[in-house]
Amino acid sequence: MSRLTLEDLRKLRETQQKTMALRESEGKDVQIIIGMGTCGIAAGAKDTFSTMINTVAEKGLSNVMVRQTGCMGLCHSEPTVEVIVPDMPTIIYGNVTPEVARQIIENHVQKHQLLDGHICDRPAVDIIGK
Amino acid sequence: MVSKYYILICGGTACDSNDGIRLTEELKKEITKAGLTKDVQIVRTGCLGFCEMGPIVKILPEDTFYVCVKPEDAHELVQEHLVKGRAVPRLLYDRRQSQTLVALEGIDFYQKQFRIVLRNCGVIDPDKIDEYIARDGYRALEKVLFEMTPADVIAELEKAGLRGRGGAGFPTGKKWMFSMNAPGDQKYIVCNADEGDPGAYMDRSTLEGDPHSILEAMTIAGRTTGASMGYIYIRAEYPLAIRRLENAIAQAHAYGLLGKNILGSDFSFDIELRFGAGAFVCGEETALLASIEGQRGTPRPRPPFPAVKGLWGKPTVINNVETLANVPVIILKGGDWFNKIGTATSKGTKVFALTGKVKHSGLIEVPMGTTLREIIFEIGGGIRNDKTFKAAQTGGPSGGVIPPEFLDTPIDYENLAKIGSIMGSGGLIVMDETDCIVDVAKFYLQFTVDESCGKCSPCRIGGRTLYNYLEKITNGEGKAEDIDTMLETARAMQRASLCGLGQTAPNPVVSTLRYFREEYREHIENKRCRAGKCKNLLQYTINPEKCVGCTACARVCPANAITGERKQKHTIDGEKCIKCGQCHEVCKFKAVERS
Repeated sequence: MSRLTLEDLRKLRETQQKTMALRESEGKDVQIIIGMGTCGIAAGAKDTFSTMINTVAEKGLSNVMVRQTGCMGLCHSEPTVEVIVPDMPTIIYGNVTPEVARQIIENHVQKHQLLDGHICDRPAVDIIGK
Repeated sequence: MVSKYYILICGGTACDSNDGIRLTEELKKEITKAGLTKDVQIVRTGCLGFCEMGPIVKILPEDTFYVCVKPEDAHELVQEHLVKGRAVPRLLYDRRQSQTLVALEGIDFYQKQFRIVLRNCGVIDPDKIDEYIARDGYRALEKVLFEMTPADVIAELEKAGLRGRGGAGFPTGKKWMFSMNAPGDQKYIVCNADEGDPGAYMDRSTLEGDPHSILEAMTIAGRTTGASMGYIYIRAEYPLAIRRLENAIAQAHAYGLLGKNILGSDFSFDIELRFGAGAFVCGEETALLASIEGQRGTPRPRPPFPAVKGLWGKPTVINNVETLANVPVIILKGGDWFNKIGTATSKGTKVFALTGKVKHSGLIEVPMGTTLREIIFEIGGGIRNDKTFKAAQTGGPSGGVIPPEFLDTPIDYENLAKIGSIMGSGGLIVMDETDCIVDVAKFYLQFTVDESCGKCSPCRIGGRTLYNYLEKITNGEGKAEDIDTMLETARAMQRASLCGLGQTAPNPVVSTLRYFREEYREHIENKRCRAGKCKNLLQYTINPEKCVGCTACARVCPANAITGERKQKHTIDGEKCIKCGQCHEVCKFKAVERS
């Protein structure tokens, strides 16, 4: 990384926006995003995170990327996980224990079947992403 | 195989008992009848929180939100929405119910929440500056550095009507202007991240989820007021927030978004962290500054205000985390955009940490003017275990309680002050019938007594005096005249204390006395606690007519206070009883009575 000029920053923003819009980077088109604020971690998000990574590796799913984010605000159902699969609606799951994490990969990611009993609502519209 | 539609049916207990299960069955039948089994997946969700309007059905990918759906509606829903591809208007959630957002029409949503401060929380990876940049991060800074004058920035903030989110609600634009106009060779920007209210975690979550938004806003404040140095005063108890901030500062440095000649301009600005040791009083701005300077964290009288004479005697802007997080959005979207959200005097949104006896605790952000009913019953899903709502507490130890009669009052700075509470930093604790109001006041007083710095006597002695009276009352030793003495003490504290901590410390007492005086009287005159919280007022007895002699109570009693042979009536020895209530809970025959 080097110090940016105004031009550099604008260029960087543009390329990053494209990456995020495509929801794809380095050939990974499935994203699993885990809420890792203090609240999520206290509720076991680290176990969820490692289960996701291990299950992805175990099943050899090279197109899946596991990422972290901050708190989504759904404290009552931490750990929360957002799953983005191409051609499927983006889904937020709550109370994702390691067991549920495995099911997400097996059913949602691999079989394109949503999981019963864990779907949460996105709390608000996004004012930035268009 | 990817389905064409996903029907999400709320699987919360409220929706289930509201014919949600039969609805699911009917929908399945209708889908089979229509020959769509391969195109549609029916999924049951967790509780979606709209329990009052259940059963809830949501259809993806369009994100159509249907409320109060009955099993009889299944046919129409499948035929119209899935077969013909058009929504069923009569089942849609009526957006007009959300009056606060009328100004933002054109945005199609059903949610009560609107996220400005939390725009990136739960969306970006807080450890990656690139993701922040992709979501318009540092674009406001670009604008401020290359297209706006400091006066423009202040004009935009004034137009927006942004007020301090730390509690007092002072106009942010004014604060910045005072500091901009104050003479000084060196000026400072300070971010107050010393979040100390019990139950409040808005700032922590913002810093953990979107640290760059604070760095960007502080840099904008620096450019506007002419400061070259910023400090974030954060509690050491927030290790994750600290780690993410440190990482964010390092990344911003590497990109030249902090440090010398930012983005090639002539403006230089740097940010350092300062850790608080967890003293509540250090959230008070003058005590906070003293603490940054390495001195004991005690407040000093104002004026002079920090904007003129702050850190090391230099002009200093002190803003709370949430206030700062609004700034980049205001710069980008304009003061007029921001000004349309909220009420006449309170603009924008407010983040609340919704906790207590509510089904869905969480971090929420709503437009100013949202009512407590919307927050508790629609976003929060109502009271846990379907008990009765008793009161909500806002503003932490400086705030007050809001009784049920104000559930429909639009929440803003003025309205909350009018009903004897304050906006505060955003803790919102919901209480039900099992919470004792005197006990709640005592909890907060204990907190402020512990946290009083001791510098001025009204706070140091007054707080302790109030606490002692509350202790007496909850022990059943209160006298009728105690209430007046407490109010008198409270008035003295409000008028004579040096800083906000002491001035507001009596608020929980004053406010509970205002709305729940009857409950205080019951404690004093009848020695009775209706919530069953004040142990010393309770008496447990066994009703011999109901007791079957199962010995369950005797077995759980930790004090061996219950005697009685098997299949014989049991009795409780009042002398030995420690009033833990376990016998009351364990008795299947409701023979253990509490009075």
